[in-house]
Amino acid sequence: MNFLELIWLIPFVPLIGAGIMLLFGRGMPKQLVSLISPGAVGISFVLSLGAFVQLMGLEERRHEVVLGPWIEFLKADWGFLLDPLSGVMIMVVTGISFLIHIYSIGYMGHEHGPRHGGFYRFFGYLNLFVFFMLMLVLANNYVLLFVGWEGVGLCSYLLIGFYFHKKSAGDAGKKAFIVNRIGDAGFILGMFLLFKLTGSLNFGEVSAALTSGNFPVEAAGWGILSTTALLLFVGATGKSAQIPLYVWLPDAMEGPTPVSALIHAATMVTAGVYMVARSNALFALTPDASTVVAVVGAATAIFAASIGLVQNDIKRVLAYSTVSQLGYMFLAAGVGAYWVAIFHLFTHAFFKALLFLGSGSVIHAMSGEQDMRRMGGLKDKIPITFRVMFIGSLAIAGIPGLAGFFSKDEILWQTWSSPLGSHLLYVVGLATAAMTAFYMWRLMFMTFYGEGRMDEKTKHHIHESPAVMTVPLMILAAGSAVGGWIGVPKVFGENGFFQAFEHWLEPVFEPAAKVMATHGEHHPSHAVELGLMALSVCIAIGGILLARHIYLALKEDQRPTGGALYPVLLNKWYVDELYDILFINGLSKGGGTVLAAFDRSTIDGAVNGTAWTTRMVSKISMWYDTWIVDGLVNLSAFFVRAASYPMRFLHTGWVQSYALIFVAGVLAIFGFYWWGR
Amino acid sequence: MGDNLLSLILCTPLIGVLVLLFIPGTMKNAIRWWANISAVAGFLVSLPLIMNFDKSLDGYQFVERINWIPALGVQYLIGVDGISVLMVMLTTFMGMLAIFSSWDSINDKVKEYYAMFLLQQVGMIGVFISLDFMLFYVFWELVLVPMYFIIGVWGGPRKLYAAIKFFLYTLAGGVLMLLGIITLYLQHIAQTGVATFEITQLMNTQMPMWMEQLVFWSFFLGFAIKVPMFPFHTWLPDAHTEAPTAGSVILAAVLLKMGTYGFIRFSLPLLPNASADRTIVNVLVVLSLIGIIYGALVSLMQQDWKKLVAYSSVSHLGFCTLGIFALNEQGIAGSVIQQINHGISTGMLFLIVGVIYERRHTREIKEYGGLAHVMPNYAVVFAFAMLSSAGLPLLNGFIGEFTILQAAFQANMAWGAFAVTGVIFGAAYLLWLYQRTMLGEVTNEKNKGLKDLNWKEWVVFVPLMAWAIAIGVYPKPYFDILEKPVAAIVERVNGPKAPVNAAVIELKKTEAR
Repeated sequence: MNFLELIWLIPFVPLIGAGIMLLFGRGMPKQLVSLISPGAVGISFVLSLGAFVQLMGLEERRHEVVLGPWIEFLKADWGFLLDPLSGVMIMVVTGISFLIHIYSIGYMGHEHGPRHGGFYRFFGYLNLFVFFMLMLVLANNYVLLFVGWEGVGLCSYLLIGFYFHKKSAGDAGKKAFIVNRIGDAGFILGMFLLFKLTGSLNFGEVSAALTSGNFPVEAAGWGILSTTALLLFVGATGKSAQIPLYVWLPDAMEGPTPVSALIHAATMVTAGVYMVARSNALFALTPDASTVVAVVGAATAIFAASIGLVQNDIKRVLAYSTVSQLGYMFLAAGVGAYWVAIFHLFTHAFFKALLFLGSGSVIHAMSGEQDMRRMGGLKDKIPITFRVMFIGSLAIAGIPGLAGFFSKDEILWQTWSSPLGSHLLYVVGLATAAMTAFYMWRLMFMTFYGEGRMDEKTKHHIHESPAVMTVPLMILAAGSAVGGWIGVPKVFGENGFFQAFEHWLEPVFEPAAKVMATHGEHHPSHAVELGLMALSVCIAIGGILLARHIYLALKEDQRPTGGALYPVLLNKWYVDELYDILFINGLSKGGGTVLAAFDRSTIDGAVNGTAWTTRMVSKISMWYDTWIVDGLVNLSAFFVRAASYPMRFLHTGWVQSYALIFVAGVLAIFGFYWWGR
Repeated sequence: MGDNLLSLILCTPLIGVLVLLFIPGTMKNAIRWWANISAVAGFLVSLPLIMNFDKSLDGYQFVERINWIPALGVQYLIGVDGISVLMVMLTTFMGMLAIFSSWDSINDKVKEYYAMFLLQQVGMIGVFISLDFMLFYVFWELVLVPMYFIIGVWGGPRKLYAAIKFFLYTLAGGVLMLLGIITLYLQHIAQTGVATFEITQLMNTQMPMWMEQLVFWSFFLGFAIKVPMFPFHTWLPDAHTEAPTAGSVILAAVLLKMGTYGFIRFSLPLLPNASADRTIVNVLVVLSLIGIIYGALVSLMQQDWKKLVAYSSVSHLGFCTLGIFALNEQGIAGSVIQQINHGISTGMLFLIVGVIYERRHTREIKEYGGLAHVMPNYAVVFAFAMLSSAGLPLLNGFIGEFTILQAAFQANMAWGAFAVTGVIFGAAYLLWLYQRTMLGEVTNEKNKGLKDLNWKEWVVFVPLMAWAIAIGVYPKPYFDILEKPVAAIVERVNGPKAPVNAAVIELKKTEAR
């Protein structure tokens, strides 16, 4: 079976699943829904696996399937591209999606009845999401990528607002959609500029044009390529929740937890990273724009981590953690280490999906409670959840041997050593690593250790989740534990397996690698690399121990308050409030109100004014017509009548008098001539 | 039938009206049946047009020519190119759906209503197929009358104000346009001695720049009011709000397109020098951009559901005029496609308002909320229409919007950059409307027992949804059919121009003859 020719089926099978769900799902029994919807994603996973294996056997490691034309003048076909990068992405997307679909059967089991829209609707949306996400990563051109890009945004909107009877859910969905649209506006302009430069939006053609030598590296200063790259990156900041467009992601936690795990942690939010990596030929040519990417990434990483330090909602901690980890990925991409960005994307997908699903299991056990201040001591009550989250938290904290360690450490190392990196960015990255370890273990200690702080009823109800939920957790935990071993630092020796990830992606990042080579590589010594590695491990352990000290050893009233910084962090640096004032109430609603009033009063006023003037003119005309024009007529008639008044005595109607006057007249004329002569 | 296909398409609704007049006014259902049969027939006879249209040919097809007023050179001259074929199909299709959607909502003066509606179809089709300027003008003004009555008789509370405003405003534009037509006509006589309104012949008329610009502005007023472009748009919210649902649908879907069509068919090819003039282009583009952003922002703050949709039209039509005055192939093709898209999307949005108005008789947004609980299917259809209007990829709106944005960007990057903000606001006002009406809890007792879509409403929505998906997934046929005529127009506007004939005879002399 030639899976390579069937790659277009990978997205379309979930689409069919979504169609069945949304059209016929309402009347279906839950068992059937649970079979069809995860089954569709399962088929996609098998197709992906087959294609991936066959791709490994290809000499060129690149296969394109074009189904037909779409928007021809942009050279945007219904075309699908499987190469090492999209190969990794489809494996992550279908694999994680499949696990999360299975988990959702258990998690969403309580959803029923038309009141809350129910089970089938959830799975329909979820399938639709998988379709769009796979379109996004399999497209062979920017416009089709944009289809997936917008489509996942739509599904995100639908799923965030899944509990649509809650106003907060509706608000959050809308916010996500609109903030993403702001990014999309940048993305659209970036695409147009790219089209203007290269004459195509097909990945292969764009890349070929950019590497043809017609576009020199914009080293001297800001140029058109930098602008293009920056506009694309604006799109990425929207989708991947980076400064300044990250604000929607924490609110997106209104959605059901599997959605947070799938869309807002493992897959959709990484689309921006994928897009930047896909455009590496462009970004490599613009060191300035790349620096912007790195700086924004680093800034977002530390900023979001700082907020994560103090949040009390278990899902919000993870949400800010996601924003922060995405920042790491952009940091890697910005310093030219694209494969590391994708590597972190890959490991992050495991441990963050795990942590979210684990938190879902906690929330499930806690009868819906999400506030960690009312948790505690769950370690022995939900042991499987505890163990898997333990692994996940060690992984994200960067404990050696686990997946997060390899990818995060490689990012820090590349930031230090890359010609595009800097030591300052490294320090920011290291500080973020410390915070990461701290907030994750704060979460762990508050949730699983110490005394239970929940009320009796909840306490009584605590139970471990069913196997349908715990088995996916265990698989993800296994991935989080060992998934990093295909990207072991070279300092430990070079080996085909241990550096498989980097080698696999080499053909995709060749354009960038060529340019990077021209920057001249400086190789710091192995001792430095090992030293830095030891430092980051110490930092991670230090973070964990600090969290342990504060949240386990100290009593609540002994804990440091954090002073004036605490409310600032708790209120997320007041960015939401600022945006509300500036953009929502100021620009949009304020501007809209002013313009609506302007429209009513001035523009329509002018129209109505014209009408009023016309009416007034016609009134005056009527008055004029009655009194002046017709008046004149009447006046002249009056004069005529007045003038005729004396005459009336003559006009008696008696023929005799007429005859008399007639005769008199004749005589008079006759006399006139007589004497006048 | 082949030779007179266009006349047949034009006359089918007219025959419908004539027969309708003989059905007694009390037999309401018979009238309804007959009106619907006529409308369906009107659509069916237009199908051979698109099937037999040869998109590989230049120029006009299905041409019919009869002398009408020989003394003035007025002819009954009709024919179609790719652009008009699409507009005719849009008219017959939307007309059919709009007439069907009136089945339950119109119970008063039923006969007159359908007669007006069918008559309007005749006028609109006539506008899109006329190749004689005077004939075009006759149809152009003919359209006004039925719409005036539809708003004024079957409309909402302020129907008279809206109807009169609509009528006078557009009439004024039409009359000013007539001055331009006559100038062009006299100039043509002055140059060639031939009295004709045939547009292909008028294209040969040469005018000094000032005169061409003058004629352009006179056309502009006629077309811009109809589109409507900012700042001539204020008749639109009133007309839309007061018109019955089907009236709004046809007004948005087809009637407004007469203006944009006018720009494409007359302003650009007849006045290529003026159309390519920097000042004129800048003014039109700026007005379009203002329309896009302004319409969206004003829309955001509307309290009246229908008015919100009406203002969104101003924004969407801004994209259409922007595309036209980008003066390149993608711009004009995108504009025509966007005109169709706007017909589908906004048509659906008006139908959606109509559905709820039927049930609750109010359009105040704050009266609603949580309707998705009581009317789930309705909520789905509304979501679909919203996404189609907001330009979600794989639906129709995206194709037009994206193409126009690209074209504008290609012409001038700043235009593209400004226009793209419309994409953000477009999502904002619709999502907010959706949230306020559909999501949340049902707060108003009166909304609790509302019935979901009935089969008649489904019948109207399903074809529109299918069409929206078809355009979004496979727009190639539309680009193909538009390729030739659009290329001809662009070449005429941007191509090498013959020098203006020095021996232009002045108007006074022609008057003296």
